[in-house]
Amino acid sequence: MVYQLAAETAADQDLASLSDHLIIAMIVAYAAALFLFALEAAYGRRTALKGNRLVPVGASAPAKDAAASPAAAGGHGGEASAAVGGYSTVDLDAEPASGGGGNADDLSVSVRGSEPQASASRSVLGAIALAVAGVGFLLNLAQIITRGLAADRWPWGNMFEFVVAISLCAVAAFLYAALRYQARYLGTFVLLPVVLLLGIAARWLYTETGPLVPALHSYWIAIHVSAAIVATGAFMVSGAAAITYLLSHRTEAKRAMGERVAGIAAKLPSPELLDRVSHRFVVIAFPLWTFAIIAGAIWADEAWGRFWGWDPKEVWSFITWVIYAAYLHARATAGWKGTRSAWIGVLGFAALMFNFFGVNYMFSGLHSYA
Amino acid sequence: MATTSTRNGGKTGAADAAGGDGDEPGKGAAGGAGTPGGLTPLGWARWAWRILTSMRTALILLFLLALGAIPGSMLPQRVVSPDQVAQYYTENPALAPWLERFSLFDVYSSPWYAAIYLLLFVSLTGCVIPRALAHLRLMRARPPKTPRHLGRMPYSARFTTAAEPERVLEKGRSVFKRYRLERYGGSLSGETGYLREAGNVVFHIALLGLLVSLAAGYAFGYRGNMLVVEGDGFANTLTSYDSFYPGVAADQDELAPFSFTLDSFEAKFVQDGGFSGQAESFKGEMTYKDRPGAEERHHTLEVNEPLSVGGVQVYLLGHGYAPEFEVRDGEGEVVFDQPVPFLPRNEDPGQTSDGVVKVPDALPEGLGFEGVFLPTAQERTGEDGESELASVFPSPRDPAVTLTAYTGDLGMRQAQSVYQLDTSRMEELGASETLRPGDSWELPDGAGEITFKGYEDFATLQMTHNPGRLPALLFASLAVLGLLGTLFVRPRRAWVRASAGPDGRTVVEVAGLGKTESTADGQEFHRLATELRDRLREDPAADGPASSKE
Ligand code: HEM
Repeated sequence: MVYQLAAETAADQDLASLSDHLIIAMIVAYAAALFLFALEAAYGRRTALKGNRLVPVGASAPAKDAAASPAAAGGHGGEASAAVGGYSTVDLDAEPASGGGGNADDLSVSVRGSEPQASASRSVLGAIALAVAGVGFLLNLAQIITRGLAADRWPWGNMFEFVVAISLCAVAAFLYAALRYQARYLGTFVLLPVVLLLGIAARWLYTETGPLVPALHSYWIAIHVSAAIVATGAFMVSGAAAITYLLSHRTEAKRAMGERVAGIAAKLPSPELLDRVSHRFVVIAFPLWTFAIIAGAIWADEAWGRFWGWDPKEVWSFITWVIYAAYLHARATAGWKGTRSAWIGVLGFAALMFNFFGVNYMFSGLHSYA
Repeated sequence: MATTSTRNGGKTGAADAAGGDGDEPGKGAAGGAGTPGGLTPLGWARWAWRILTSMRTALILLFLLALGAIPGSMLPQRVVSPDQVAQYYTENPALAPWLERFSLFDVYSSPWYAAIYLLLFVSLTGCVIPRALAHLRLMRARPPKTPRHLGRMPYSARFTTAAEPERVLEKGRSVFKRYRLERYGGSLSGETGYLREAGNVVFHIALLGLLVSLAAGYAFGYRGNMLVVEGDGFANTLTSYDSFYPGVAADQDELAPFSFTLDSFEAKFVQDGGFSGQAESFKGEMTYKDRPGAEERHHTLEVNEPLSVGGVQVYLLGHGYAPEFEVRDGEGEVVFDQPVPFLPRNEDPGQTSDGVVKVPDALPEGLGFEGVFLPTAQERTGEDGESELASVFPSPRDPAVTLTAYTGDLGMRQAQSVYQLDTSRMEELGASETLRPGDSWELPDGAGEITFKGYEDFATLQMTHNPGRLPALLFASLAVLGLLGTLFVRPRRAWVRASAGPDGRTVVEVAGLGKTESTADGQEFHRLATELRDRLREDPAADGPASSKE
């Protein structure tokens, strides 16, 4: 009956303390990146975003103006030439004509573009910030790995570890957005909650590396919790973009009324672009979240004897899911596009955060491993 | 062009179509009218149906679904914890009956919540079925005719080649092989990405299926709890359960006839360090039979390892101790000898447990005991400065029992809880010293003697039979697949036209139209157009005359 926990090896303790040092290092890196991103947002020059992948045009574009954005087929180094009457003719064919100089069979291409050129505040600081954020990401990753090794289990078994893992995913999603969609302008808005969350985690939620309660002894923790964490990271970027959208939208409305706008708000990218980024990340996160809920139900079925029992955590996951489903519908409903759907996205994110903090501390349920 | 522009629904168009101006059968009389003024009952019905199946209504119902779920997470719910509901009643005697009136302790089975989701699902059906039919028609139809002015498409490209038009179309077929192609004169019209719409339909229908599975599980399933002491057996009959919750349509006379024995049970706790006392693992060894006479099999029951037998899942819910007592009555007869489960106190890290021993048959008068079991008993100074006995660790390092004895009528003729002693018709005999295993306590007044012989572990188990769980899983998985289709597949059209140009070369036009307006479409069209050109360049049949002309 008496059970002796194997004494922790010195190596494990070294790893655990290394992992604790990495927490500080990663928060410092993220905070520095946040600072630099904020400087870029405030003092950078508004510059056109070159390139071709400013996120696919979403449902917000009126369908009859359906258009690939200018230079849609970049990667060939295409550039826009004359734009006539809403049509821009793009020479997408950058390869030099091969063979005997005959150009006769080269392509002439027209791509109808209705999108205004996207632009955002940019400066070298942003590039540095991105690199610093990248370093923070690596530290974050190292922290999680060392903690997992020290505890000899999946490193997401309590609130503290969740926050660290969610931050990792949010930053990963942001880095992806920055590299693929040139959405560096989201840096301030993503890193702000990340730094806040990590600060809260380090200050109030910190728990020593240790074993899990029996309810969490299951490979489902790898499946269910990982999916939820990745989805949360992507939702976080979406939420950041939605809030940026609302700011940018206000700026535009003010400009339309002839008011002058100054500061960070004046240099935000166009609301259309932000709307699409926000939508894009919901599209990525929503199926993952759906999957996480289902995996959670299967796990609950194994652990507690019912796959759905209206435990507060389950209720709030469901509420979050329904709100994001509403978001997706709103974007396809006349009169709900734009600001309203952005608010729904923000609401969804609020429900997500409430599920994380509110439910763990306010209600008691089976999920109380806080 | 006419064909294309009406078909160029994209997201907006599709959504509006779902809103009622598509091919819904219910349209017609009320069609176009903003208000249903002066309509026949049928017209009204159609109007109501159109409103109900509109996207906006779906949106509002979705919000209500989310909003309505909130009170259920704030107030205690009977499905989750009936005890907390009872506690709420005692703490808020004035408010609770009012909340009850709105089913706020049973939110998820309340009529108003049911109204929301049933409306939502009616709306969904009314919205998705017509869409599914329309999509089916579209899938069976030929891709529409090539529009005259391909240059007006969102993507269009032109080049000339020496190849014959026929040759161009032939190559076009191999380049646009992912598309369903249809030949119209000198052109190919292609369409692909049908899976988006199909995925949408599958997703929504899977949600319906999920709801039906849940309802079926709720109606035909059952759930029961019981407590099994190490060494004891269980047979799946109604009377074996401590509590039993059948679904409304469950067949209670035909429970699966399995049985099992809990051979041993072991709870491990972290012994030292910062996590000392935290549960480490629970393990029960059991032998079971599908039905009487069947072969015996073995299973190790753990928190995440239920036993699945005869369509029933047996889960481990909790763990406790059952101290074992032997009681001699006033006449010296052994009238009681068995372990008695004591229930652990809530949130007590030392797992102090309470229980009662009932010996109604003792002579001359019935005996009853209220007891406390302390797995690791230790003297410590309490808040009031006096020393008291408490359990400091959940596993039995130094188990002890203290008892209070009563004598008299236990009132066993009425149904009563096995964990409570009705002392109203009994007389207190006094309290024992701290008893360790093997210790006996001679009761005052020659009433008898009780011996604390030792203890066994017990497990609390839950049995569930839910015929909806596998269909629910199936539909949920289908929903995810459908979702992936509807979110990531891009429906799109493309055309290739080849016509003889004035200089004898063939003019090739390639055009594309994405219905989801994704930049990936433009990139794909361009890649395909370039590929077609390159293939025609490399094509010896086409290249010959072209190079000879240079
Ligand atoms: C349980 C409720 C529902 C859920 C969870 C749900 C979820 C979803 C999701 C995730 C999408 C994909 C959105 C996208 O493609 O961006 C979608 C699309 C759609 N849903 Fe629902 N839905 C529900 C009920 C309904 C109802 C009641 C209707 C009809 C009134 C409806 C009509 C549609 C339509 C028309 C689309 C396609 C929109 C488009 O073309 O983008 N849904 N739904």
